[in-house]
Order: sequence, then structure tokens, then C-alpha cells
Amino acid sequence: MTSLEVAGLAKSFGGVTAVDDVTFSITPGHIHSIIGPNGAGKTTLFNLVAGLYVPTSGTVRLAGQDVTALAPHQRAALGLGRTFQNLQIFFNMSAIENVMVGRHLRRRAGFLGSLFALPSAWADNREARAQAARLMARVGLEAYLDAEADAMPYGALKRLEIARALAAEPSLLMLDEPAAGLNPTETQEIDRLIQSIAADGITVVLVEHDMKLVMGISDHIIVLDHGRLLAQGTPAEVARDPQVVAAYLGGEPA
Amino acid sequence: MSDFLQFVFSGLTVGAIYALVGIGFALIYNASHVINFAQGEFVMIGGMATVALIDLGVPLLPAALVAIAIAALVGVALEKLAIEPARNAGVVTLIIITIGASILVRGVVEVVLGKQFHRLPSFSGDQPILVGGATLHPQSLWIVGALVVLVVGLKLFFDRHPFGKAILATAHNRLAAQLVGIEVKTVLVASFALSAAFGAIGGILTAPLTLTQYDVGVMLGVKGFCAAILGGLGSPFGAVLGGLIVGLAEALAAGYVSSAYKDVVAFVMILLVLFFMPSGLFGTKGTERV
Amino acid sequence: MANPALGRWGGLIVLIVVVAALPLVLPNKFYYDIAVKTGLNALVCVGLNLLIGYAGQISLGHAAFFALGGYASAVLTTRYEWNGFLALGAGAVATGIVAYLVARPILRLKGHYLAMATLAFGIIVSLVLNREIWLTGGPDGITVPTLRLGDMRLRSAETWYWITGGALVVVTYLALNLIHSPSGRAIRALHGSEVAAETLGIDVARTKTMVFVLSAVIAAIAGSLFAHADRFITPNEAGFLRSVELVTMVVLGGMASTFGAIVGAALLTVLPQALAGFDEFKHIVLGAILVGTMIFLPKGLVPSLGALIRRWRR
Repeated sequence: MTSLEVAGLAKSFGGVTAVDDVTFSITPGHIHSIIGPNGAGKTTLFNLVAGLYVPTSGTVRLAGQDVTALAPHQRAALGLGRTFQNLQIFFNMSAIENVMVGRHLRRRAGFLGSLFALPSAWADNREARAQAARLMARVGLEAYLDAEADAMPYGALKRLEIARALAAEPSLLMLDEPAAGLNPTETQEIDRLIQSIAADGITVVLVEHDMKLVMGISDHIIVLDHGRLLAQGTPAEVARDPQVVAAYLGGEPA
Repeated sequence: MSDFLQFVFSGLTVGAIYALVGIGFALIYNASHVINFAQGEFVMIGGMATVALIDLGVPLLPAALVAIAIAALVGVALEKLAIEPARNAGVVTLIIITIGASILVRGVVEVVLGKQFHRLPSFSGDQPILVGGATLHPQSLWIVGALVVLVVGLKLFFDRHPFGKAILATAHNRLAAQLVGIEVKTVLVASFALSAAFGAIGGILTAPLTLTQYDVGVMLGVKGFCAAILGGLGSPFGAVLGGLIVGLAEALAAGYVSSAYKDVVAFVMILLVLFFMPSGLFGTKGTERV
Repeated sequence: MANPALGRWGGLIVLIVVVAALPLVLPNKFYYDIAVKTGLNALVCVGLNLLIGYAGQISLGHAAFFALGGYASAVLTTRYEWNGFLALGAGAVATGIVAYLVARPILRLKGHYLAMATLAFGIIVSLVLNREIWLTGGPDGITVPTLRLGDMRLRSAETWYWITGGALVVVTYLALNLIHSPSGRAIRALHGSEVAAETLGIDVARTKTMVFVLSAVIAAIAGSLFAHADRFITPNEAGFLRSVELVTMVVLGGMASTFGAIVGAALLTVLPQALAGFDEFKHIVLGAILVGTMIFLPKGLVPSLGALIRRWRR
């Protein structure tokens, strides 16, 4: 059984093809990375998998189920979680509330229950707050529990997004450049965090520019170039692939 | 047939005014991404100031020119005093600011010129012209003629004049415009002044036909907004077509369906357009990237 | 504030105290009438704030829902001799259904387009109310019979003061519940980032629809109460300027602040009365206050004052 399966996926904007006939599959429980030069179509691919874009052609399957026609929130309900390259924090809320939103799929109270503060809504609030606090501690944000999101530094917001995504208890977590803009110490922390997430049995798909990070922690790497799948395999295999070296690693000795 | 022609005449006349207001919306939106809910007040200022000056004994032409200048000054003041200080505010805040400004302007005119209706004498008399069995008021020719002249002038200004090109460039990409040395602040001020002037001209031209009062701007502003959205926000020439379409649809609906519901036509039309082609008839669709 | 819950429920207690104590300083019927108008506007604004302040969706047509509720009460009780409370309920349900039907297509739009669409919807409703004279009485309005509770005729300004005050406290309590619940966090998430909300499993269209319908139903109930309290309603209640007035109250008081919405409603209801002596200058003052507040206190009065107090405490 595969965690994520993408077949013949393509997306063009106007006349520009951002993702071109990409096929790959991802096995559960490992760290997979999608790499490629700028404009290779990595984020577009993420948005296609998450359901934010409708593909021009091709299919997306999550845990064997065809989700190509499903809306993003329906894919989330099937265990897909993600973070964003450009932060998508709820800046109108506190840090812990951001993570509590992540518990949305696990709530029991409906709209009316919420409105009339039925016991189910109280229970939801208590449970969500406890889980959120635990997750914030896990990503190293225990100091920010009561902070407003718009008062937090960039590096902390990156981790807040991860905590928020984890709150939904996803089985597949897509991280879009989690280390971008972070200093080496912070990058190391993210590195450890990603490994611990994978150790919990969550399948991780990573888009990342930091080659050291990618080569260090990935079990499986997918290389995109100009929207096409160039190569895939273990870090060692990919690093040896002459096409990859030419297209991507050629310029920078890894 | 003559009925139809009659409806077309009145539709084009009204539509030309909507078009002028719509151009104003588009010009300001292009420069600042603000929807100026005070746009209708420029129309009101144009008509009211002209009437007031004529009452003081000023002849029509200088009175009209001064009225246009007053409206342009109000436009500049609006940009400098209300829009610029709130540069980074959200859409809702900017909408409220322009609504506040429109209430303020109405209030000032109410105090200075009173609440009565005013009428401007027609430019070339009131003797209707017979065309194909329908009558055409000479003032309608002035209105449509002015629209044609202004649209051609605007087109030439955008195509030929360096400052017109600068306005277009800023609308297209503010940052890039800044990098090539365009004074974005000047463009902003000029857009507000130009848009106010267009509105005021509309107000002066219609005052002989429809009477004018301190609060005529509200509905005209809303209809002009319809025209601008129909034409695709930020497209001045789209707004012209949008305005004419709204005007024609209203006149035809009033003639053939129900005059009581002529105002509904514009709004039903705008809802349908928004539901089925949200970027207007001539707008371009943007893509969102996350 | 160290404990946000303290501020939340503390605010509700302050509201209850103010509502309970205000009659001590209201000298006569005229002031009671203003208090009732204030309460009804506040009611609408608490609901509208859920939509504008929390969900981040503008509506320039909310007066239409207020008027739909009011006219449902007026028409059902006069022309069809319904019981007033039944008519109020029916008006609220019917308005909710109308809101539900327009919500999906309208709320797909964003920013200026949403503003335009809600504006168009509001104007259409107000034009229909103006034109269907056989049903609504047209521009002259329609007289509404006194609301009866059993044998009791709810007629005096004092009675309406307590009805309105009670309704405001209840709706404020419900709004506070909602905001700090799972559904409320989903609503606020829409304002923060729709894409992020979607990827966390929030059904954006459904959540928007829920909050839109809720705010419309609250407006409709307020409209019904208004029709009976005033015993008269005109299509002006549905007008564009009335919708603008409601949005202005919310924004002036402070978006995403329930008590801000109440303060904004109170200010903009009382201020024109206070300026009544200077009737001529009413619009100038109102316009200047609006522009000034938006420029200098863009978050609105209550949140800006709250921030000021917090800074001062430190």
C-alpha cells in the first residue's frame, strides 16, 4: 500500500506548464524529499496534492483512494497535512489558538453545540488546549503559549505551522521548505523535529533547498526539473545520477 | 421601432454618466487598489458647484471649469488626507474611509449650498431633436459627445503622453514603476484628481436633465461601481462599456418590462456577472500562489 | 490581560450591569427610545461582527436582513393576523433561508467583489420593499400592531427597553461562546488564511455560510423587534446607507471585538441624537469621525483602548 500516489499529473497556467506528466509513489513511514531548482514545480506539485489547484490531467491517490476530485478539506480529513513555504499563520489569533485550529477534524461539538456552549464544546476546548500545549512544547515553543501570533519571530512561526499541522494527527505530512530562512542552529532543530515526526510513524514529504538537510535525513528523493520527474531513489543514488548532477547539483559541490 | 430607439437614446445618455463615474473608479483602483465610495460625490460637486457659481453670476463655461477644478481639489485632498495616511490598511478599512469621506463631503455641501434641488439650464436649449420617430434631447448629445471626447483623450493620454504611460505602468506593477523612476505618489494624486474631474464633468452634463441635490451622488456612485465591476475592475475602457451596458439594460427594462424595477436590472445583472464571471466582462483573472 | 477568559466574561458582566443600571439615569420616554434603538443596532452589530470582524467577510447589504425580519413581522401580523411571536420566528427562519440561498454564490467572492455583491443584494431587497406596495405599503412604510404576550400588550418604552436589553445580553453571550469554540476558531481561521484553514480540514464554504446565516438571522430578529417597538417600518431600513451605517458601527467600535461592536453601535446611535441641535453639521461630524477613527485608530475604539490600557499597566 502506498501513502501517496501521483500518476500522470500535469498542471499548466495559461500556456506555462508548471508540472508535466509526473508519476511517483510514496511508501508509508519514511522521509521523502522533493528537490529541484527554482521553478521546477515543487510547490505547484504540493498544491496539486493538497487540492488547492485542480490538475490539468492526472490523478492523486491518498492511501489508495482517488482524491483527485476532492476539496482540500476533504483530503485533510483523509489524513493529509501540510505547511506552507510562505507562512500561512492565522495572525488574528494567539499562538496556541493557531494550533487548536489544527484540532478541527477531531472536534465533537457542532455549530449549535459551540453556540450554546454545550458540554461537548467545553470538552473540545479542554482537549484542544491540552493537545496544543503538548505539541507546542514538542516543537520547542513552550515559551510562546500565550503569545499573539503576530508578535512571534519568523523561526518560531515556522515551527508553529508544524505544530498546527501535527495537531490534526495526519498520516502524511507535507513540509514546504521548513528550514528556509532559518539559521544553522534552527535548521538542526528542525532536522531533529522532522526525524522525530517520522519516528512516530507519520510519512513525511519534504520540499527543501537545504541540500545538507535533505541528503542527511531523506530515505527517498524525488528530483523535479522544469516540471518533469528527473530521477528518484535513495540520496546516494540520486547524487550519482548524471542527469541530476547536470541539472541541479552541477553548480554546487554537495 | 421608434420606442426602441427612444429607449436606446435614454439608455446611452444615462449609461454615459455611469461610464464617466466608472472610469473614475477604475482610475483610482488602478493607482491605489482603493474602491472609492466617494466617487459619486465628485458628480454631485460638479453639478452643485456649477449651479452655485451660475447663481453668483458666473457664465456657464468658467463656472463649469471652476467646478471641475474644485472637484479635482477635493479628490486630491481625499488622497492626501484620508487615503495616504491609511496606506497599509485593509480593504474594509479603506472602504469605510471613503464612505466617511463621502458623508463628510455631502455634509459640507448640505451646509454650504442647502438641501434644495437645483437645475442647470440646458447647454443648447430644450428643443428636442426628432430622429427616426424618437426624440432626442440636445443635452444627451452633449453627454455622449463628451464621453467620446474624454475616452479618446484618455486613450491618447495613456498611449502618447509620458505621464499617462507612467500611470499605466504604476497600475501594472507599482514596484517596477518605482524602480524605473516613476513618482508613484504623483501618479496617485493625479489619478484622484483625474477621476474627480471625470465625475464632475458627468455631474455638470447631467444637471440640466436630472436636477441635482446634495445627495445625488449615492446612487450614481453605486451604479458607477456596477459599471466598473462589469467592465472588469481596473479597466477604464471596460468601465465605459460596462456603464453603457448598464444604462441600456436599465432603459430597455424600464421600457419593456417595468419602470418600477429599472434600478433592479443593474444589480441583478451585476450579481449574475459576479457569480458566473467574477473578473468582469473584460478583466483578467489573477492566480493565487501560496 | 493575564486571563483572556476573565476579560470575556468580565465584559459580559459589565454589559449586564450597564443594561440593568441604565434606567436609573434615563429621564423619559425619549431616552428610552434611543436606548432601544441602540440595543437593536448593537444586536445586529454583534452578529455582523461575527461575519466582518471574525470571519473577515464584508457585507454591505446587511440592512436587508434586518428589514426582511421587520417586514415579515409587519406583513404577517397585519395582513395575515399571525401571532407576533410566531411571525418573528417565521421571519427569522425565512431570512435564514434567504441568507443560506445567497450565501454560497456570494461568499465565493472576495474583497471588493464581495462588497459589490452584498451591496447589490441589499439594494434589490430595498427596491422590492419599495415597489411591492400591495404587500409592503411601499415607500410610506407600514404600521405594525403592538406585540402581545397572552393578554399583555408590549407597548411601553420601558418594556421594550427590557426586551431589547435581554436580547442583547443573550446574543452577546452566544457570540462569546461561539468565538471561543471549535466552530469559532474555524470562523476566525478563515480571516487569518483560507488556504491554511482548508488544509486543516475546515470546510470553508460551509463555515462561511453558517456565520453568514447566523448573522442574518440575528439581524432579522432585531428587525422584527424594531418593527414592533416602533410599531412602524419603512423600506429605508433596508437601504444602502443603513447597511453602511451598520458596517461603520462594527468597524468604528473595533472589528473582531464583540464589545467593540456594541460600543460602536451605541456611539453611532446616540451621537446623531446628541448632534440633533446641530442638525446641519451632523453629516460633517459623522464623516469626520469615521475618517479620523480609521486613520488614527484603524483597529477601532475598543481594541485600541484595550491596547492602550495594557501598555499603561506594564
